[in-house]
Amino acid sequence: MMKLDQARRGQLIKITDIPNELTRIQAIRFGIPEGAVVTCREVVPAGPVIVAKNKQEIAIGRGLARTIKVEPC
Amino acid sequence: MLTLADSSVGSVIQAGGKKIVLAGNPNVGKSVIFNALTGLYEDVSNYSGTTLDMACGRYGDDVIIDTPGVYGLSALNKEEEIARDIILSADVLVNVVNAVHLGQNLFFTLQLIDMGLPVVVVLNMMDEAEREGLKIDVSLLGKLLGVPIVTSVAVHDTGIDELKKMIYHARPGNISPLLLERIEGTGLATGRDEALLVLEGDPEICRRCGVKPGTEREDIYRSRREQADQIAECVIKETKVSESFASRLGRWMILPITGFPLLALALWAIYELVGVFLAQNIVDFTENFMKGYYEPAIQGLVGGLFSSGSVINSLLVGHYGLLTLAITYMFGLLLPLVLGIFFVLSILEDTGYLPRIAALVDRALVGIGLNGQAIIPLILGFGCVTMALITTRLLGSERERRIAIIILALAVPCSAQMAIVVAVLAGLGISYMMLYILIMFSFAVCAGALFNRLLPGMSSPLMIELPPLRVPVLRNVFSKTWKRTLEFVKEAFPLFAAGTLFLGILEVTGLLQGLRNFLTPITVSWLHLPADMADVFIMGTIRKEFGAAAILSLHMHALQTFVAVATLSLTVPCIASAIIIFKERGWREGLAIWVAVFALAFLVGGILTRMLEAFGPLGILQMPASSAVVMLCAAIFVALTKIPIKKPGAITTIPK
Repeated sequence: MMKLDQARRGQLIKITDIPNELTRIQAIRFGIPEGAVVTCREVVPAGPVIVAKNKQEIAIGRGLARTIKVEPC
Repeated sequence: MLTLADSSVGSVIQAGGKKIVLAGNPNVGKSVIFNALTGLYEDVSNYSGTTLDMACGRYGDDVIIDTPGVYGLSALNKEEEIARDIILSADVLVNVVNAVHLGQNLFFTLQLIDMGLPVVVVLNMMDEAEREGLKIDVSLLGKLLGVPIVTSVAVHDTGIDELKKMIYHARPGNISPLLLERIEGTGLATGRDEALLVLEGDPEICRRCGVKPGTEREDIYRSRREQADQIAECVIKETKVSESFASRLGRWMILPITGFPLLALALWAIYELVGVFLAQNIVDFTENFMKGYYEPAIQGLVGGLFSSGSVINSLLVGHYGLLTLAITYMFGLLLPLVLGIFFVLSILEDTGYLPRIAALVDRALVGIGLNGQAIIPLILGFGCVTMALITTRLLGSERERRIAIIILALAVPCSAQMAIVVAVLAGLGISYMMLYILIMFSFAVCAGALFNRLLPGMSSPLMIELPPLRVPVLRNVFSKTWKRTLEFVKEAFPLFAAGTLFLGILEVTGLLQGLRNFLTPITVSWLHLPADMADVFIMGTIRKEFGAAAILSLHMHALQTFVAVATLSLTVPCIASAIIIFKERGWREGLAIWVAVFALAFLVGGILTRMLEAFGPLGILQMPASSAVVMLCAAIFVALTKIPIKKPGAITTIPK
């Protein structure tokens, strides 16, 4: 099972599971809910993962990214 | 029902006047539109207990209220609760939307429409949308939402006249019949707005209505998100554009290899402006003016009414005089610095750089129980710790605020203090300077690691939007700087005056002298410093650089001077920051932090004295040896805080 922190720069990925409820709520409001297809814009070395959807960039801390399940598409 | 907004804004509204509320996501240009609509008639008010800029201004017979930028009304933090209460009391909602991020922003728009309130949508930043290759079918958007739409480029005043016309044409928009049925199913006698929030499980609204929170939040949110995405897809036509320079620069800012040099460059520029130009050149001028012209004048005036030497004269214009010390510090010293810091902060905010710094340093801060966002108050601390303490309010949890406040109180020297410390240590040599920096840095890291271990709970993870990089519009930067400075003066000055009065009373009653005597065992026997060092510590409690400057006047050898400077730096920065710590953390926790920081400072000072004395025979190796010991101690300390301890009760349960 692939996690968000394993995504590569430029990769198109689908978010499949966000276990934390508050993160899930925030993700829906940010426009990247479970099921959304996002671009992995950047994986900052030893830092957050930046995902992008519709010209919108969201930084997700490495620890949090490790809990979010994704699949490549 | 009386809400926050009612109690504070009521006085501004004329009879029959309406409450026009601006609402929208962060970084959509709400405050620019607010300024354009209210013009000169703005009146900034601060809601008690929050630092959130809450502005309200007159608009004809009506009143316009700005709200903090939020992504929706979900009561996820204090800002959202305040926005919710103001929005619930609104007669007209002006929903400002960033045209570039229409799809994302529509979630909040739809939530406002679902609440059944009259809405007019402002599609702002149309110029940026065009540059990004987005073409938006505005009339179709209006039809789908069922509310009037105005397009604008607020920073260039485009679309404001149209908005002024359309405000009074705001109307409730289209709601999905399914959701309406659900809302009506609650059977609540309140309006649709509160009923929706009950369904979405807002704890505060449920408590007010006396019902159990609904459990349908996620379900409603999901379908609202789908609806927003569908609408965006219908109305937006996108053409490919090449990657802009801003977007490339934005990427460089978050990658360590380019991000850290860029950050260093930015910090150097800030230091030159605030630390050198303002803290030294400008403050020299303003302080000399206050001390050379204002103080003698006021002393003469008060001296004519109350004879010099009387208690009232001492309290008003004496050594710790209300009209001398308090006023001089506030306007001669703090005001120029605060103006400068807010100017820099406004620029950093308006460019969109701050969230990128937060992303860059996130990982480093996780180890000390903070997330990247905490870098903002820590950076500000090098300008003025007092200000930085207030900005810890933007952190996600109480736990993070505690850690950040302790680090700020202990190990971050403010610009004024830095200047004096550099001056004192420069006389001793570069090796002392390096050891000083090392000690301060070690303390910040150790304190963070320790409290990360001790405090219960988890710090919130980083999840922030990175807004596009922009060139800030100076007019807006200045207006923001001015408003915030005014707010700071209003908030800090009464505290400052009270603290000064307290010290004045200590002095005239002779308690201050008693305190000096009381400190002698610490200064002489423990720190091996001269007895009059007690004065320096008392001065340092009030203003750190005062104490540090006083060190120069004492005759001590290099080692003593170094211990004096290091110990003083570790104590709480100044009386203003101590007062802010009390105000932010309450009396009990504030006192605990204050006492702990002082005790620790003296403890470390004594240990330092003994270590440096012990390494004395090493001669030239004294400083390197001391540095190595400090680094080793810090590393061992941090490692100790990371050792997992199994609690007796926490034995793994066997799954049935």
